[in-house]
Order: sequence, then structure tokens, then C-alpha cells
Amino acid sequence: MTKLQKAAAGVFLLLALLSLLGARGDSASAQNREAIAVSPSAKFPLGTDDLGRDRLARLIEGTRVSILLAPAAALLSTLLAAAIGGIAGYRGGRIDRIVVTVADLFLSLPWLLLLLAVRALLPLNTSPMASVLLTFLLLGCLGWANPGRLVRAAARTAANSDYVLHARACGVSGWRLFWRMLVPNLFPILLAQFWIAVPVYVLSEANLGLLGLGVSEPLASLGSLLRELANYDALSQNPVVFAPVAVLVILAGCLHLLVSREKALSC
Amino acid sequence: MLTRLPAILALTLTLFVDALLAADGGTLRFCLRADPKTFDPLLVEDEPSGVIRYLTGGYLIRRNRLTQELEGELATRWQIAEQGRRIDFQLRPNLKFSDGTPFSCDDVAFTIKRMMDPSLHSTVADSFRTVPGQVDVACSGAGSVTIRFPAPVSALADQFDQVAIQSAHSPQKLAAVMGPFLLHEYKPGSYVSLEANPYYWKTDSKGHRMPYLHSIRLDIQQNRDLEVIRFRRGELDLVEHLDGEAYERLAAEMPRAVVDAGPSLDWEIIVFNQVAKAPLPAYKLHWFRSTAFRRAISEAINREDLCRIVFRGHAQPASGPVSASNHFWHNAALKPDPHSPAEALQRLEKDGFHRTGGNLVDREGNRVEFSLITNAGSKTHERMLSLIQQDLAQIGIHVNAVPLDYSSILERFSRSFNYEGALMSITNVDLDPNGQKDVWLSSADVHQWNPNQKSPETEWEARVDKLIVAQTETLDRGKRKVYFDEVQQIVVDQAPMIFLVNPNSLGAFSLNLKNVSPAALRPQLYWNADRLYFSGALVAAAQN
Repeated sequence: MTKLQKAAAGVFLLLALLSLLGARGDSASAQNREAIAVSPSAKFPLGTDDLGRDRLARLIEGTRVSILLAPAAALLSTLLAAAIGGIAGYRGGRIDRIVVTVADLFLSLPWLLLLLAVRALLPLNTSPMASVLLTFLLLGCLGWANPGRLVRAAARTAANSDYVLHARACGVSGWRLFWRMLVPNLFPILLAQFWIAVPVYVLSEANLGLLGLGVSEPLASLGSLLRELANYDALSQNPVVFAPVAVLVILAGCLHLLVSREKALSC
Repeated sequence: MLTRLPAILALTLTLFVDALLAADGGTLRFCLRADPKTFDPLLVEDEPSGVIRYLTGGYLIRRNRLTQELEGELATRWQIAEQGRRIDFQLRPNLKFSDGTPFSCDDVAFTIKRMMDPSLHSTVADSFRTVPGQVDVACSGAGSVTIRFPAPVSALADQFDQVAIQSAHSPQKLAAVMGPFLLHEYKPGSYVSLEANPYYWKTDSKGHRMPYLHSIRLDIQQNRDLEVIRFRRGELDLVEHLDGEAYERLAAEMPRAVVDAGPSLDWEIIVFNQVAKAPLPAYKLHWFRSTAFRRAISEAINREDLCRIVFRGHAQPASGPVSASNHFWHNAALKPDPHSPAEALQRLEKDGFHRTGGNLVDREGNRVEFSLITNAGSKTHERMLSLIQQDLAQIGIHVNAVPLDYSSILERFSRSFNYEGALMSITNVDLDPNGQKDVWLSSADVHQWNPNQKSPETEWEARVDKLIVAQTETLDRGKRKVYFDEVQQIVVDQAPMIFLVNPNSLGAFSLNLKNVSPAALRPQLYWNADRLYFSGALVAAAQN
């Protein structure tokens, strides 16, 4: 592990710890109505938003929600991709054709409608946390198709490779061949897909928030905080609104560096 | 002679500019939020189609958006008779449609008959259709026309503000119009282009033919933020219905371009579901049907904060169902509920509620928690809900904010009744209380909190029904005002709808656009489109 990678791991852990330990209770949702959209100060290090809520507290709460749930959703979609894509690539034939067709179908269908329907079907008194959990669960379940196709292609190549042929010739077959020969070789792809999916899911949650699905008030998430960037003028007038972007970039950067390390190890 | 030269030059220039004014006052550019669904003025239901109708239609009578008075247009005078069953118009002579076809009484008869034809399903006709029966239109040689309805029509003259006259004889049929502009080009999803009507009847005090503008380009633009950005870049000449945030941003940059025309007719309200068959727990239905509960919610909400924080000061706390900008019908005796959590709690305690560990619980020990649905994507509503959540938390009530897509909300309101409460915007375009008639009649399907009642379920709804019917049956404006004042008082006392705020009419327009007279009524900035022109266009025309 290089110094840079150690630093990345440190920063990631620090962010995770800060988000897990900081801003408990209702500090992120409390409205200070006499301090609407104030500039950073000792009391409010990142100022307040349009409802007088402490931006720092909301950033911490938002990072906590996103840092826990986006990787969980990414893990779910990567596991599904590994299972479905790996088996399709390994077994080939009819299973492969079915999986490719289903993956294409998943990629072409407008899942937004499903997400809207799910929100409409949820009980109205569903808590914001339950709603956000369901959102990330759906994102995880629906996000397997793209990585699944990549995994399937890699598994297909691996299944026809010399070392697999050699293993078959030596009498290794079935699940043993899959787990011992194929999966370890698919691991770098799966890991890369996992880390790529994390920021994608954070942003997806932000977009879904616009449609009423996802994190609802007063809960904060990185996605919901990013929605402030839609305010064209606020960007130039109040650079603090970039704070969630900075956190997202730092998170994604750290994850990227750690992926590189994992790739290096797996090679 | 030399001393008189500047005066002579000024006079010459004035005459020259006046002549140019009629020739080319420029192209006005603004946005429609969506494609118009129809160009048939009798079938208009959506706002974009309404804009086209407003700019292209010729009307017998039209309401001046500034003075709020009715003014003769294609008719020079009118008179209502037979207790509102008959209206006589004297038509303006020698007028022509945009294709040169002469305007006559036949066109009025054709329009009214077509409008009242049940097979057309014209929503414009609904205001005139009180009972089934034949509508008679009779013409006389002297340019007068008499329209007789089978039953009295309340505020009969006001209803003609929506009726654009169509040609009975023009080969262009619907394309022939009598308004200041006519449809030139429509590219779906892109723009609608209107051009000046060469046969528009109106002239200014100096005899110049109007409209001054050469054309109007209506870009179809759904995104409000982009609309504001385009206005700032100078790509648009006016924007209407700005929210407080956009208004403040524009005001900081272009203080002379923005205009706050005061409270609009629109409401922001909360309504609770009181439908007996709604799939709600019985105890919740009991809360929502309790006047004390609804009044307590109203008192616990800080309207001043809603105006100050969400609308940036560009809204007024609502006192009732008629905004103060509706000069005649507003009941000035009504005041907005003051923010008073203590009084709200007292009222709830009298109704059997009490606080336990920071939560409000009812007589049976059920924690008071409900959801408020609202349209997803509305920053204004999301912010309002956040403030309301915190206000009600002060008296121990937990509110879940549920943004939903429009179709889901509509389905819940009209079919499943699967909602507890809703935060809604109500757009009001009609000054006359008849425009709200169906909201208050218990038998109506837009009697939002408990629609389609076979007979009024409460005494106060029965009283409101009687008052609404009574005000439709009299032509005496004073009596109607007395009846409707009582309706306003009852709905404020009973709070079936909790009136929160009346947002102000906010807009912005290019400084080069002249003759703009901002009004609180819609359309706010271009209601006198035939008089608008660009000073820059005149200079350019003069140079050419």
C-alpha cells in the first residue's frame, strides 16, 4: 500500500467516523428561523440553508446516510451481477441467451415508472428512513444489468481460456471450477463495478428526490444536498453549497485509490 | 423661427414615431410551460391554450385586469334582463376577422350555439349551463343580438370574458380570429408564433391601428430556472409567476425589471380528508372531522414565517377564500389566524387531546401523526412542509411530508381517497365567487374535503349550500356580496380548508418593453398585449 493509498484510506475512515459520530439528534433538521441563509460563522461553520438549518450538521447527516446506504446498494447490485453474469458466462448456451435478453430488457425499460409506482404504493406514513432504505434497495436490485453484462463477457472469456481448459482436463468441473477458477478472475471487475456504482447511486438518489422518492424532509442525504446546486445563482453567491460536492469527490477519490490497490493485489 | 425649431422637430419626431408604432413595435418573446392542447378557444382547459386564446380571441366583453371592471370590446354595450336569463349586446359595426371576413351577429350566434352544443363538451359552456334546455340567439338588423338562456345564469356578463367569438362564414374557420394576434406557426415542443392581426379593430387615441407589436414568439419551456436564465440573457422579454427566490435573484441584478403586483388570487392551503369511505383508521377520520382539530392546526402554523422564509416576503397570510386583491368580493372583516401554539393546545385539550412525553395523543391514546401529500418537485411546497412540520412538532404533532407525482395525487383525490391531508396550491382566475361555486357546494366533485355528498353531512355545509345557491339566483350584487361574505366567514370558522398564504404576483419584464401595467390578475404582464411595444424597435425602424 502506497502512502497515497494509506492517506486515502485514512481520509475515508475519518469521513466515515465523523459522519457516524457527529450531528446526532435533531441538529440537522432544527430550523433557526432568525438565521436564514446566513454565512459561515463560529456558530454555523458552513452557514445555514434557506430554512435556517445548520449546513454542517446536514452535511454530516447526509454523508452518514449516503456512506452507509450507497455502498450497501452497490454491494447488492454487484453481487447480483456476479451471480447472474458469472453463471451466464460460465454456462453459456440457453442460460446465457436468457440472461443477455433479460439484461437488455432491464437496461431498456424505464425503471423510473416502477420507482414512482413503488412510492405511490408505499403507506403514506412511511418514515423518511424506511423510504430511503427502500430506495437504495430498489437501486441495488435494478442496477445489476450493466455490470452483469460486463461480468458475463469476462466470464465467457475466462471459461474459454487455457487455464480453465487445463483445469477441466485435470477433472475440475461444476461449481468448484466456477468458484476456484472463474470468480477470482472476475474479482477485479466486480470491485471496479462496485466502486463505480457508489457515487452513481448517490447521484441517483438525488435525482429520485426530485420525484418524491428517496430521502424526504427533514432527513438529509448527499443527494438531497446536491439539489441545491440546481440554484444557478447560489453557486456564485455562496460557495459553501459546493461542500457536498467536495465530500462526494473526496469519497469517490478515496474509493478510486483503494480500488487501484485492490486491482494491484489481485493481479 | 430658430427658437421654435426644437418644438417643430419634436412634433415631427412624435408624429413619425407614432406612425412607426403602428408599423412595427417589435417581437415579444416569453414562455409557455407546455404545448397548447388545443387552438379551439371553446375547448380550452389548459393554461398554454388559454394564453393563445387570450392573445388571439376577440371577445364581446372583457375584464380589465387592472381595474377589474368589465369593458366592451366587440360589443359597445350590453344589458342583462329577465333575472339573468337574457343578455342583449349592441355590436360594434364594421369589424372584420383576421382574414377580412366581416363580423356580424351570425358569428355571435354561431359561437354561442357551437359552445352550448353538448356534443362539443366545451368547458366554457359549463358556466352558462345551469339547466338543460335550448339557448336562443336572435339578431336584429341594427347590430344588436339577444341571447336567452333556459334558466338564469349568475354573473352572466362576467362569463363572456371566456368566450372568444368564431367566424360563421370564414373559409379559414377557427383560424380566423378577432383578437390582436393570429396564429402564424406552431412547432410542437418548440414554439408558437403569433403575428399581428391586420384587421384588428382597435385603434389608439391617435387613430393608429393596434396592436403595436409585430409578433409574439412563445417558446415552450417547462423548466422555470431555464426560463429565468433566458430572461437574464435577454432571450425573453417577460416572465410571470416567479417564485420568491427567483424574484429576489432578479431583483438583486435588475431591480427595475422586476415587479411585485401584490397578492394574487391564488391560495396555498391544507385540506384534510373527511370522506367517510376513505381507507383511513376511524380515529384519524374523527380528528379530521373535528372543527377544533382543524382550527388548532391552523393556529399552530406560523403564516408570517411561511411568507418571510418560503416566499421571501412576497406573500400575504391568507384570511379566507378570497384574496385581498379581489377588491369587491374580499371579506375585509376576516383576519388570518394568528400563530398561537398555546391557544391551539387549549383548543385540542378541550377536544379530548392531551400531551404525553412530548407527543400529542387523542382521547383513546393514539399518537397524533398524519401525512401531508404534495406535488413532488415543488421547492416551495417542500419548504412549506418543512416549516409546518416544525410548527406542529411544537404542539406534539408529527407530520410526514410525502411528495407524490401529480397523477398519484389526482387518483387519491378523485377515486381512492387514500390520503390524510394535502398541501395544495389553488390557482384562481375568476374574480366572481361563481368561479369557486363547485368548491363550496357539498354535492360537487371538487368539494375537496368531502366531495359528492348526496345531502350535506354537516349543518354548516347545508348553510353554505343555501348561501351559494342564493347568491347565484340574484342579480343584486350587494345581496350576493352579503351572501358570499357569510360563506367566507363560515369556511374560516369551520376550517375545512386551512388558508395559509396568498402568494404575490411576481414577474419581470424587459426595460425596453413599454406600456406594461402589472396587474395581480392573470395574465399579469401582457393583459394589454395590444398596447405593448419595444422602444428599441422604434429606434431601429426610425433608422431604417
